[in-house]
Amino acid sequence: MSQSTVDVPPKGGFSFDLCKRNDMLTQKGLKAPSFLKTGTTIVGLIFKDGVILGADTRATEGPIVADKNCEKIHYMAPNIYCCGAGTAADTEAVTDMVSSQLRLHRYQTGRDSRVITALTLLKKHLFSYQGHVSAALVLGGVDITGPHLHTIYPHGSTDTLPFATMGSGSLAAMSVFEAKYKEGLTRDEGIKLVAESICSGIFNDLGSGSNVDICVITKGNKEYLRNYMEPNPRTYVSSKGYSFTKKTEVLLTKITPLLERVEITEVGEAMEE
Amino acid sequence: MTMELWLEQEEEADRETFEMTFMIPIENGHGVKNAEADSQRTLYPYVTGTSVVAIKYKDGILMASDMGGSYGSTLRYKNIERMKAIGKHSLLGASGEISDFQEILRYLDELMLNDNMWDDGNSLGPKEVHNYLTRVMYNRRNKFNPLWNTLVLGGVKNGEKYLGMVSMIGVSFEDNHVATGFGNHLARPILRDEWREDLSFEEGVKLLEKCMRVLLYRDRSAINKLQIAKMTEEGVTVSEPYSLKTFWDFKAFTNPTVGAEGSW
Repeated sequence: MSQSTVDVPPKGGFSFDLCKRNDMLTQKGLKAPSFLKTGTTIVGLIFKDGVILGADTRATEGPIVADKNCEKIHYMAPNIYCCGAGTAADTEAVTDMVSSQLRLHRYQTGRDSRVITALTLLKKHLFSYQGHVSAALVLGGVDITGPHLHTIYPHGSTDTLPFATMGSGSLAAMSVFEAKYKEGLTRDEGIKLVAESICSGIFNDLGSGSNVDICVITKGNKEYLRNYMEPNPRTYVSSKGYSFTKKTEVLLTKITPLLERVEITEVGEAMEE
Repeated sequence: MTMELWLEQEEEADRETFEMTFMIPIENGHGVKNAEADSQRTLYPYVTGTSVVAIKYKDGILMASDMGGSYGSTLRYKNIERMKAIGKHSLLGASGEISDFQEILRYLDELMLNDNMWDDGNSLGPKEVHNYLTRVMYNRRNKFNPLWNTLVLGGVKNGEKYLGMVSMIGVSFEDNHVATGFGNHLARPILRDEWREDLSFEEGVKLLEKCMRVLLYRDRSAINKLQIAKMTEEGVTVSEPYSLKTFWDFKAFTNPTVGAEGSW
């Protein structure tokens, strides 16, 4: 090893160094830790004045519900929101990253972000990782050119659609959309249809559940309705609360004072070397 | 357990492992028989039909299926009737391998013939046919030679409506509405939401058409040529083939990238 080799700073991006080590470990029998997946129903639709996004709130880790009330509708820009399905870490990280890139871009250009900017940034990132970043997204927003709704698949392909669903509950939600979507829906009709399709995913798909989140984006305005519907309440709550059967008896009361506070006043020479 | 028994079991396990790893390829007679036996078993389906959707309604059973038979990813046959009347009281719809469906029809033919020969004024109802089919499917699955179908059996006998399903591994149950294949994911959610006990014939047909339309949009092996079969106390009627109206004129479909140049 000659001393003259210059230390090249890492170029940024994913470092594939540990992949060989991981392969060796799996060959030796180590089971890789399972991913926290958001087995999910996420939907979006375009209505008369803008875009409505909807999502369920269950995050699963294999057969277990890891989070009963997680947030799957991520903020991208004041006028753009993104629902994410797939590996929770991937959707969080990728939407956070593009959100900060959009903000820097807004400072630089002095204009509101456009939905296709977010789309292109996400698409480029996901494609460069060839599908290993397992994030399936429904991106919606209203910018100066109008309302837009896109779906982005983990490998980097995108679609522009009037209504879209992703996640394990996408078929159940899509059946509701295909049966009932019309163009030019009003805000209330749109919210009702989105809530219906998320409920269809919640009740017919095992990977989705708990509550319905909705986000309505119109020109110049957005409304994030967290837990818009809670169709799975706890059915039995004891009215008595916790009641101890026997009266609790006080056996002994003992107060132990803490040690006295000692002030250190010496200053100066201690640290000189 | 005693030491000798435990040792014996160890030996047994060792011998089995040895046989599994070494004996089978070497013992010629054994090997040849295995190869022949394999060629008799169903390993994959070839010509397949897609989903069947069925509901109970006020007067009996309504069942819908399209008329397509796909050969892998080719739409080979467009005139296959995947719903047939069985006797006076039952209606059988099938998805999956078409040749296995035809075989099942032969079995049922034989069953019905033998039943008629008793000439006792009684005839096999839907419950009995369903049970027979469940036994057949489960037994074939146990021999690792399944009939590659998911069957929907509906019928009315003595005023009682019956609707059940049997899959290729022998899972069988009855319900107010059933669907096979893709219908489970796309049609069942709609039916769970909108099915009622007292649907009239027109409402039932509208509901089935709603489900079949979604399937037409979203199932790649569906075709726009379907039949609806009606089963009541009076008997079975299978409608003439017809097609559904579809809507493709969303603004976003006609010009998807307006305002979003560079995407598609």
